[in-house]
Amino acid sequence: MKDNRPRCAAGLALLTALVLALLVWNISAGSVSIPLGEVLSALLKPSESGIIWGMRLPRLLAAAILGGALSVSGFLLQTFFANPIAGPFVLGISSGAKLTVALVMVTFLSRGIVISSMAMVAGAFAGSMISMGFVLLMSRRVRNMSMLVVCGIMIGNICSAITDFVITFSDDSNIVNLHNWSLGSFSGTSWENVRLMAWVVGAALVLTFLLSKPIGAYQMGEVYAQSMGVNIKRFRAELILLSSLLSACVTAFAGPISFVGIAVPHLVKGLFRTAKPIVIIPGCFLGGAAFCLFCDLIARTAFAPRDMSISSVTAVFGAPVVLYLMASRRGGKGARA
Amino acid sequence: MSEPRLRTERLSVGYHKKALISGIELELRRGRIMTLIGPNGAGKSTILKSLIRQLPLIGGAVYLGGEDMAALSERDVARKLSVLMTAHVRPELMTCFDVAATGRYPYTGRLGILTQEDRDKTARSLELVHAADLADRDFSRISDGQRQRVLLARALNQEPEVLVLDEPTSFLDIRHKLELLAILKDMVRSRNLAVVMSLHELDLAQKISDWVVCVRGDSIARQGPPEEIFTAEYIADLYGAARGSYNALYGSLELEAASGAPEVFVIGGGGAGIPVYRRLQRQGTPFAAGVLGENDLDYPVARALAVETVSEKPFRPIGEEALRRAANLMEGCARVLCPVEDFGEMNEGNRRLRELARGQGKLDESGL
Repeated sequence: MKDNRPRCAAGLALLTALVLALLVWNISAGSVSIPLGEVLSALLKPSESGIIWGMRLPRLLAAAILGGALSVSGFLLQTFFANPIAGPFVLGISSGAKLTVALVMVTFLSRGIVISSMAMVAGAFAGSMISMGFVLLMSRRVRNMSMLVVCGIMIGNICSAITDFVITFSDDSNIVNLHNWSLGSFSGTSWENVRLMAWVVGAALVLTFLLSKPIGAYQMGEVYAQSMGVNIKRFRAELILLSSLLSACVTAFAGPISFVGIAVPHLVKGLFRTAKPIVIIPGCFLGGAAFCLFCDLIARTAFAPRDMSISSVTAVFGAPVVLYLMASRRGGKGARA
Repeated sequence: MSEPRLRTERLSVGYHKKALISGIELELRRGRIMTLIGPNGAGKSTILKSLIRQLPLIGGAVYLGGEDMAALSERDVARKLSVLMTAHVRPELMTCFDVAATGRYPYTGRLGILTQEDRDKTARSLELVHAADLADRDFSRISDGQRQRVLLARALNQEPEVLVLDEPTSFLDIRHKLELLAILKDMVRSRNLAVVMSLHELDLAQKISDWVVCVRGDSIARQGPPEEIFTAEYIADLYGAARGSYNALYGSLELEAASGAPEVFVIGGGGAGIPVYRRLQRQGTPFAAGVLGENDLDYPVARALAVETVSEKPFRPIGEEALRRAANLMEGCARVLCPVEDFGEMNEGNRRLRELARGQGKLDESGL
C-alpha cells in the first residue's frame, strides 16, 4: 500500500512556506517599496501610523485570513453538492451576502449610525443563508451539476442587480465607498476588522476541522455516509452553516471575491493527490491565503498607486482552473449521490 | 433459540408518510441469506432503504439483534449493520484502499485517523474479496465488477452482523455475478453473517438464498424457502409474466411458445432437442415434440415451447399409446426433424418414428 502521508506533510510545509514568503513580499512591495531589512525592524516596533503597521499589515492579514476562509468554504460546498465547480461565488451566496451588507450599510449610514464590523458580518451571514436557501431549493429540483451552477449564477445576478439599485439610490457620499466595496477589495481594513475576522474565521475553521471525519464519509455519498454512522441531517446543517459563515465573513469585509473557492481546493487536491478532508482543510486554508496574498499583491502593485479590484485579479487566475474543471468532467455529468 | 439478527414487526414502508407496503414480518438469523424478489418497482429497494434507516418507517419497528433500531445511535447501528447499495459512488481521488478503509468509520476516533490495526483489517477485507491487487488503484478508474467487490470489502470492513445489499449483481457480467455471490456465500459461512438483499436474477436467487421473500407492490405476497417459492406457476403469477415461462428446476426462463397448429414435429431426447426447440421458437414456427420421457432433459423445455408434447412416464420404454399419438401429430406436420442419433432400449419407439417419417418423405435431415 502506498503511503500518501509524506506527500501531504511536504505539501503542507510547502504551502506554509509560500504563505510566509508572500507575507514578507507583500509587506515590502507596494507604491512605496520597503527594503527587506527595514521590514524586519519595522515589524518589531509596532506603530499604528506607519505604512507597515497602519496599512499593509492589516490589509495583508485580511487577504490571508479571508482567502483561506473562502477556499475552505468552497471545499465544503463542493463536498456538499458533490460538485467540483460549486463555490460561494458561482452559487450566488457571496452576492446574497453582498446585497444584505449593502442594505445594512445604506440604512445605517443614511441615519448617520456607524456600523460595527459585527453588524456587517451578521448582515452578510443572513444574506448568505437566504441565497443558500434558494440554492438548496433549486438543488432539489435540478440534479445536474451544471444546471445548479447556472441557477446559482442567476441568483447571484439578481442579488447584484438589486445591490446596484440600492447603491444608485443611496446618498452620494456613500456611493464611492459602497461601490468600491461591492467590487471586492482588501483595502481599508482596520485592525478591529482583522481581530474580528480572525476570531470568526478561526472558530469556523476549528469546527470545520473537527468535522473532517464525517466530511470524508460524505464524499462517499449520502447513503454510505449514513450507513457509516453519520447523522446526515445534523451534518448537512453544520456544513451549510459553516460554509455560509465563512463566505459571509469574507463578503462583509472584502466584498464578493470570485473563483478562489473553486480554484484553490482543486489545486490543493491536485498537489496532495488526495481529497481527504483532514489534510485538505488546512491545505485549502493555506492555499487560499497564499492565492489571495499573491492576487492582492498584483492588485496593489500592477497599476500602483491605483488599486485594482481583487476580483478581477482572482478571476484571471481562477477562471481558467474552473474552465479546465468543467471541460475535464465529461460534459459535466457529476455523480450526485 | 437465539434472538434473530434482524427482525421486523408489522413494518410499513413507503414515501412521504404514505405506506406502500404494510404488514412486513421478516426474521433473519445468523448465517442465513434472505433474498427479496419481485417485479421492478414492487418495493424491494423501499424495504431495504427502510431497514437501513435511509427512509423513515411509516409504521411498525425493526429490531437489530433484539434491540429496536429507532432507539439505537447512528454509531451503534453502523457497528452492526453495513450496506452495499445501488447508489453510484465516484469519489474524487480515492484509491480502492481508501474506499475500503471508510468501513472503519464507526471504529475510528474523533478525526477518523486510521490506526495500524484499521489498516491491517482493511488490507484483509480487500484480500477476502480478491481485490488486494487493486489497493492502490484509483477507485473511479476500475471496472464495475471490481468496484462492487471493493464496495463489498468496504462493507465487510465495517465488521457487521447484518449485511444489506441492494441488487449487488446489477451491471455485472456473468463471471462477476458468480464471483460476487460466491464471495458472499463464503462470508456468510465463515463469519456467520446475516445477509438480506434484493436480486433481479431469479436463477441466482433460487440458488443462493436460504429464504425468499416475494414483494409485490402493496404486500409481501409470500415468503419461504426457495423450494416453495420457485415453482413455475408462482413465479409467472408473481411477475405477471404472460409471455413466457419460468423453469423451476433449471431456474431458467423460456420465451413465449409460438401458437397455432404444429407445422414441424421434433423427435427429441437426451438434450438434443433443446437447441432445435429454441430455434423453431425464434423463427416463430409452431411445433410438436415427442416422444420424451418425463425425466428427459428435453422435456421441460419442450413443455414450455412446443404446442404439444407427447411424453412417456419416467424410466419406461416408449409405449404403443404414446407412439400412436406421436404418429397422429406427425400426420398433420409438413416436416419432421430428428436431432437424436443414439437409440437404445428406452427410445426404440423414436427410432421407429424416424423410419416412419422417412418412409413418408417428411424427414428433413438437412434442416438440422
